[in-house]
Amino acid sequence: MSADKFSNPVVRWIDHRLPIFSFMDHELNEYPTPKNLNYFWNFGSLAGVSLVIMIVTGIVLAMSYTPHVDYAFQSVERIMRDVNHGWLLRYIHMNGASFFFIVVFIHIFRGLYYGSYKAPRELLWILGVLILLLMMATAFMGYVLPWGQMSFWGATVITNLFSAIPFIGDSIVTFLWGGFSVDNPTLNRFFALHYLMPFLIVGVVILHLVALHRFGSNNPIGIDPSGPQDTVPFHPYYTIKDFFGLSVFLTLFAAAIFFFPNFMGHPDNYIPANPMQTPAHIVPEWYFLPFYAILRAVPDKLGGVLAMFGAIAVLFILPWLDRSPIRSGNFRPIFKIFFWVFFADCIALGYLGGMPAEGIYVVLSRVATAWYFLHFLVILPLLSVIETPKPLPQSLSKSVLGGSAMAGAASAVKEKV
Amino acid sequence: MKWFGSLIFGCILFVSNSFAAGSGDVVLKHKDWSFSGPFGTLDKSAMQRGFQAYREICASCHSLNYIAFRNLSDLGYSKAEIKAFAAEYEVEDGPNDDGEMFMRPGIAADRFPAPYPNDAAARAGNGGAYPPDLSLITKARANGPDYLYSLLTSYKDAPSDKEVPDGMYYNAAYPGNLIAMPQPIYGDDVSYADGAPADISSIASDLVYFLTWTAEPSLEKRKRTGVKVMIFLLIMVGMSYGAMRFIWSDVKKA
Repeated sequence: MSADKFSNPVVRWIDHRLPIFSFMDHELNEYPTPKNLNYFWNFGSLAGVSLVIMIVTGIVLAMSYTPHVDYAFQSVERIMRDVNHGWLLRYIHMNGASFFFIVVFIHIFRGLYYGSYKAPRELLWILGVLILLLMMATAFMGYVLPWGQMSFWGATVITNLFSAIPFIGDSIVTFLWGGFSVDNPTLNRFFALHYLMPFLIVGVVILHLVALHRFGSNNPIGIDPSGPQDTVPFHPYYTIKDFFGLSVFLTLFAAAIFFFPNFMGHPDNYIPANPMQTPAHIVPEWYFLPFYAILRAVPDKLGGVLAMFGAIAVLFILPWLDRSPIRSGNFRPIFKIFFWVFFADCIALGYLGGMPAEGIYVVLSRVATAWYFLHFLVILPLLSVIETPKPLPQSLSKSVLGGSAMAGAASAVKEKV
Repeated sequence: MKWFGSLIFGCILFVSNSFAAGSGDVVLKHKDWSFSGPFGTLDKSAMQRGFQAYREICASCHSLNYIAFRNLSDLGYSKAEIKAFAAEYEVEDGPNDDGEMFMRPGIAADRFPAPYPNDAAARAGNGGAYPPDLSLITKARANGPDYLYSLLTSYKDAPSDKEVPDGMYYNAAYPGNLIAMPQPIYGDDVSYADGAPADISSIASDLVYFLTWTAEPSLEKRKRTGVKVMIFLLIMVGMSYGAMRFIWSDVKKA
C-alpha cells in the first residue's frame, strides 16, 4: 500500500510512518460490499451508533450522579431538574438502552434468517453473541443505578439467582452483594462495572468488525460475491445508506425521548428504593422479558437459571447446529416457516415474561420455552439434513436489475481484491 | 421480511404497555389534560391554584422534597412573590459560629420544608401509614395524572358487602379500594383569588396540574424542543433519502 494516493503532504508523511489513512481508506472507503444488501443490513451500523450515544451520554451523566444508597435517587432527580439539559441526557440514556436492544435484536434476527452465522463467519457470530451478553450485564447494572423500587428489587431477584448454584451459591451471592443484602457496596460496584463494561463492549465490537472485514458482509442471497461486478465500494454507497437509516432511527428515537420518555420504563422506579416494601409485580426491563419467561417456566430454581443462560449459550454453538450449506432463508422453504414460528415464539416469551406467573401463563411459558430449545437443538439440525433448498442464482448481479452497469462503479475495487 | 421491524417494535410497545397499565382492577377517570400530546403545555393559572391547594390541603402531611421555592418562577410568580412565599416558612440552618443550629425565614433557594422531621414521625402522625412525598407522584403511578385525579374524586360510602376497618377509607379508584388517607377534598376547601370554581373535581384537577409540573418541571421545554428536533430530523430523513437515491442511481438503473 503506497501513500501516493493522498495529495496532502502532511497526510502522506504520517501515512508513510503510521498507515492509519491507508487503513481507513481500505476499510471504510473502498471496502467492497455486496451491492444487494437490504435495509436489514443497516442495523449493524445503528448498533454502533447506539453504543456511542450510550457511552457519551453515560459519561456526562456520571459527572452528576452519586452512587450511594442515600443519594443515588436524589442525584438522578437533581440531574433531571437542576443540571442544564440533564433531563435530555438522562432520557436519551434511559431510552437509548431500549433502542439499543431493539436494534440489536433486529440485527440478530437478520443474522438468523440470512444464515450470517455460517462458515466462514462463525467467529463473527460468536463475538456478536458475546456482545449481547455484555450488553445484558451492562443494562442490568445500569437499571440498578437510579435506586428506585424496581432497581432495588430487580437487583435482589437477579443476584439471588446465583444462590441456585449448588454448594457455593450462597457464598457467591454474598460476594456479588459485598454484604448480606443488596446495599451500598452493591450499588458502588454496579456503578464501577456499569462504567467499565461499555468499554469492554467497544473492544469486542472492534474484534467483531475485524472478523466482518475478513470476508465482508453476508447478503440476502447468501452466496459470495463472484467478483467486482457484485460489489460496490463502501463509500459512498453504504455510508449514505447507513446515514439514511440513521436519520430514520434518530427520528423514532427522538419521538420516544421527547414525547413518551417514560413509556418503556416502569412507574415504580420513580419511587425511591425501599428494602422493607416489595412491589406488587417485580418485572425486568422489556428486553429481558423473554429470558425472564424462560427462567420462570422451569419449576426448579437451578433448572430455571440454567435454562435462562442456556438460551444464550445455545446461540454460541448455532453455527454447528445448523449444518445446511445454504445461508439465506429465502432459498430454504421449510426453514423459512420455522424461522417465523421461532420469531413468534420469542415474541410470545416476551409477552409471557411480563405476565404474572400463574394459571395459563405458566403453561404457555413452558410450551414456548420448550419450543425455543427445540428449534435450535432439534429442528435446525434436522432441517439441514432433510430440507431440499431452492436453486441458488448464479451470482449476485443476476439477482439485481441492470447488474452489468456495475462494472464501472466497482472498477476501483477490482485492482485491490 | 420488510414488515418484520415494525412488527417487532409494535410487539414491544404492546408488551411494555401491558404492564404500564398494570396493577389493580380499578377503572380510572380519564381527563383531557392540556399537557398531554406532543404540543401539550402546562396551564399556569391551574398550576397556581394547585399550588395554593397543595399548601392549604396536602402540605400538612405530604412533603415536596424536590421542589425549591425558586422553582415557582415556572408557575409565573415574580421574584418578590417567591421571596414572600419562602419567608412564610421557618427553616433550620447552621451550625453558626457558636456551633448552634438556628431557625431563619426561608429564602428562594430553600426546598419546601417537610411536614415531618423523618419517616417514622410521618408514620406515627398518620396511624402507621406513610404519606408519600408528592414531588414525583404523577410519574410514580401508572397513568399518574388520571390516577391522581380519580383517587381524589373517588371517595365514596363503601358498598354494604365491603368491610372498612378503623383508620381505613373506601376509595373506588385505589387498588384494593381501602386507603389509609382520609378524604382530603370536600369542595370549597380553598378560596381561589381568581374566583375559579372550588368544587372537588376542580381542586383535584388543579392539583394534578401542579403535581405534574413538580414531577417534571422540564415537561413543556421537552415537548417544545421535541417539535423542533422532529422537524429537523424529518428534513434530514428526506434529504438523506434523496442523496441516497442519487448516489445509487448508477447502480440500480442500467
